[in-house]
Amino acid sequence: MAAFYSFFVVLALVVLAWAGAGEAGWKGLFGIYIPYLALLVFLFGFLSKILSWAKTPVPFCIPTTGGQQKSLPWIKNNPWDNPYNASGTVIRMALEVLTFRSLFRNTSVQLQQDGPKVGYNSAKWLWLFALMFHYSFLLIVLRHLRLFTNPVPMPILKLEFFDSILQIGVPVLYQSDMIFVVAILFLFLRRVFDCKVNYISIMSDYFPLFLILAIALSGMWMRYIAKVDVIAVKELTMGLVTFHPVIPKDPIDISFFVHIFLVSVLFMYFPFSKLMHMGGVFLSPTRNMPNFSRRQMWVNPWNDPAIKAHSYAAYEDDFREKMIEAGLPVDKKA
Amino acid sequence: MAKYPPPEELIKINYSTPPTSWMDVPPEFKPGNFSYPAKPDILKYLNFPNPRVWSPMDDDWKLPENWKEIITEGFRERLDKYRSFKIFMDVCVRCGACADKCHFFIGGGDPKNMPVLRAELLRSIYRGDFTMAGKILGRLAGARKLETDVVKEWFLYFYQCTECRRCSLFCPYGIDTAEITMMARELLHLVGCNINWILEPVANCNRTGNHLGIQPHAFKDMVEFLCEDIETVTGVRIDPPLNRKGAEILFITPSGDIFADPGIYTFMGYLILFHYLDLDYTWSTYASEGGNFGLFTSDKMMKKLNGKMYHEAERLGVKWILGGECGHMWRVINQYMLTMNGPANFLQTPVSPITGTRFDAAAGTKMLHITEFTADLIKNNKLKLDPSRNANFKVTFHDSCNTARGMGILEEPRYILKNVVPEFYEMPDNTIREQTFCCGGGAGLNNEEFMETRLRGGLPRGNAVKYVRDTHGVNTLACMCAIDRATLPPLCDYWAPGVGVSGIHELVSNALVLDGEKKRTMDLRQNPLPGFEDEEEE
Repeated sequence: MAAFYSFFVVLALVVLAWAGAGEAGWKGLFGIYIPYLALLVFLFGFLSKILSWAKTPVPFCIPTTGGQQKSLPWIKNNPWDNPYNASGTVIRMALEVLTFRSLFRNTSVQLQQDGPKVGYNSAKWLWLFALMFHYSFLLIVLRHLRLFTNPVPMPILKLEFFDSILQIGVPVLYQSDMIFVVAILFLFLRRVFDCKVNYISIMSDYFPLFLILAIALSGMWMRYIAKVDVIAVKELTMGLVTFHPVIPKDPIDISFFVHIFLVSVLFMYFPFSKLMHMGGVFLSPTRNMPNFSRRQMWVNPWNDPAIKAHSYAAYEDDFREKMIEAGLPVDKKA
Repeated sequence: MAKYPPPEELIKINYSTPPTSWMDVPPEFKPGNFSYPAKPDILKYLNFPNPRVWSPMDDDWKLPENWKEIITEGFRERLDKYRSFKIFMDVCVRCGACADKCHFFIGGGDPKNMPVLRAELLRSIYRGDFTMAGKILGRLAGARKLETDVVKEWFLYFYQCTECRRCSLFCPYGIDTAEITMMARELLHLVGCNINWILEPVANCNRTGNHLGIQPHAFKDMVEFLCEDIETVTGVRIDPPLNRKGAEILFITPSGDIFADPGIYTFMGYLILFHYLDLDYTWSTYASEGGNFGLFTSDKMMKKLNGKMYHEAERLGVKWILGGECGHMWRVINQYMLTMNGPANFLQTPVSPITGTRFDAAAGTKMLHITEFTADLIKNNKLKLDPSRNANFKVTFHDSCNTARGMGILEEPRYILKNVVPEFYEMPDNTIREQTFCCGGGAGLNNEEFMETRLRGGLPRGNAVKYVRDTHGVNTLACMCAIDRATLPPLCDYWAPGVGVSGIHELVSNALVLDGEKKRTMDLRQNPLPGFEDEEEE
C-alpha cells in the first residue's frame, strides 16, 4: 500500500510539473521560484536539524567496539574497529562513510531444521547496491556542476569524460546513469520482495526511492530522448546561481521543468526525512567516539553531583552489630 | 517455572511476516514471554512511581491517570539529554541489515524482535508527537498515537531486548538498540511498568551492597565456606582479607559468583590466585557487587549503585581497583563509571605489584580487568601452571556482549585460556568476538519465568556450542561473566547437552601450582583430575 501511495504521489508531482510548466505556462514558477524556495528550505532545514543534533549533549562515551581494545602492548589492538584516539576514530568514520564498512559485515541467517543448524552466510548485495547507488548519485551531482559553473572546472570535465568513456550512443551515455537506475531498482525490489524489509517499510521509504527514480528517469529522458537545448538550460541554471534568474528565450523541453521540479521536491523533503542519515552518520555516538573512557574522563554536562551512593557510614549503621560479631572491622564502635 | 517446549518443537521457527501491518498486531502476553512486574514494596523503597500489584496478563495495567502526559514529557526530556536517542529516532532508513542479527528474532521469529522494528515501536510515537510530518500525515508518515496497547507493547519488547548491541555493529549508522531500550525502559519506569528481577537486585544492592542482599556477616561466612572447599582440594588454608584498610588493591566482582554453582568455582579461583601471589588486597562487603542492574534501570540508578566502588576505594585508602569477571559490570566501568562518578584522583593508575606493568589503558578509571591482570602475569612467567590438570576440559570461549561490544576485551581471556587448558577450540566466526551472541538473559532478563524466551534467544549461542561439541568434542564453555555463568548452563543443557560452563579463573586455579599444596587429585569442583578417576571410585 505504502509503495502504491508513494508511486502515485510521485506521479502526481510529475503531472503537476508537466501541466504547470506546459499547459499553464508557469515556467517562472517551476524554473525559478520553486527551485529557490527548495534551496532555502533545504539549507535552513538541513542546518537546523544538524544544529539540533549537535547541541544535544553526548552524556556518555558509548562507541560500539568492533575489535580488540588497546590494552597491553603485546596484545594487538584493532585501531579501526576499536579506536582509542582521534586518528583511529577518523579512519573508522572514513571507512564507514566512504565504504559502508558496517554494511559490508552483513550476514543472513539460515536455519536448517535437521541438526538443527543455524548458519550465517555473507550477504553483500545490499552493501554493493547501496554503494553503487550512493557513488553514482554523487557522480551525477558532481557532473551537474557543469551547469552551474562557467568556465567549467577541469575536474568536472574529466569526470564527464570518464563517465562516458564507453562512448555508447549520441549523446554519449553516462555509465553512472545506468548504474544509478539499476541500483534504485534493486533497492526497490528488495523492499518489495524481502518479506522482512517489506514488513518494516513505510511510505517514507518508498517515496524517496520513487522520487529519486523519477528524477533519474526524467533526467535521462531529457538528455537522451527529448534532447533538450543544453545551452538554454545552462542559461537558466547560470541565471539561478548568479542571482539574475531568467527564463531563456529559446524554448526548453517540458521534461526539463519536470526534472527540476522533482529535484526541488527532493530538496524540500530532504531535511524532514530519513535522508538526513547523510548528516546523522557523522554524528552517531556509537561510531564517532574513540573507546577511551577508561583512559580519560568523558564529561557529561548534565551529570548530577547530588546523586550519591548509599554511603558506607549508613551501611555500617545498618549492620554494625552483626559486623562486630563477625569480626569485621568497623569505623565506629558500637 | 513456566513449561517450555522441547528443542525439536521450539526450533520450528517461522520467519515469515504476518499479513497485518505491525501497528495492528496487539501485544500478546503468555507465560514464558515476559518477566514478572516489580513488587510494590520494592518500588516504594526505591521511590519509584506507581507502586501497585498488577500483571501484564491483566487488561487494566492501572497506569496513572495522566500517563500520556508523563510519557510524552519524559520522551521530550530524553530527546534533549541524549544525542544518541535523537539521532537514532531520526536517521534509520529501515534497510533491514539489523533484522536477523537479534538472537530473539533468530530464535523466535517475532518480527517485532527485529531491532529495526523494536526501535520503530518508539519511533512511531516520536513521529506522532515530535515531527511535523507525523503530526500532519499520521500513519502515512509512520506515526501512531500513544495508546495503552503501545505501553504494553513497549513493556513486552523492551523487556525482550538484552541490550547486547549486536545489531548496532551491523547498522550503517551505528544505531544502538541498547540506547533505545534504555530510553524505553526509563519511560516505562515513569508510569510504573518495570520488572522485579531488575528492581529487587537494585534495591538489595543499594542497601546491602550486592544484588542478593547478602549481609556483611553472611558474606564473610560464605567466603569462609569457599575457603574450606579450597582447603579440601588443595590442602592450603586461605584467609582472605575483608574490609581491610590500607590494602593496595580493592577487588570487586559480581556477587552472583559467591553463592551459585558454577560461579563459586570462579570465586574460589580468585581466592587461590590472590593467595598464590600474596597480593596486598582486600574484599569489601559494602562494595560487594560488581554488577550494576542500574544500567538496566536508569542513568540515575546506575550512577548511584556504581558510586560505591570509588566511595569504598577512597575509604579503604587503596591505590587502585581490580575488577572480576563480569559482562555488564565492565560496560559500566569502561563507558560510564568515570563520567558518572569520577575523577578518581585519590587513586593511582594500576601497576601490577608482581610484574611492575603499568596499565595505562585504565589510567582514568584506575580499575583493571582481572583478565588483563592475569594475562600480564602469564606473559611475564609469574604463574606456575600445570595445564594438564585441565585435560578433562575441552574448552571453547563465549565472549560476553558487553565486554565484546562495549569494551573490546577479546584477546586477554583467550590468551589466558590457551595457557591453562590443553585443548581450546573457537566457535564459528560469526558467533564470537564482536559478533558474539547473547546468552539470552542479559540486561536483567535472567529470570526463571522468562525461560522459554531465554532459550529461544539462546538458540544462536547454543547452536554454536553444539557445533564445537559435535566437531571437537568440546565439553566446557568458558566465559567471563557472572550472568553467563547463571544463564548458560540451562542453555547448554537445552541446546548442547553435555557441555558445562566455567569461569576463566576457575580454570586458571585448577592449573595453578601452589606452594605447599597437597598432591592434587581433584579439581575445584571436586571431580577427579585426569588420571585419578579410579581413586575416586575406590
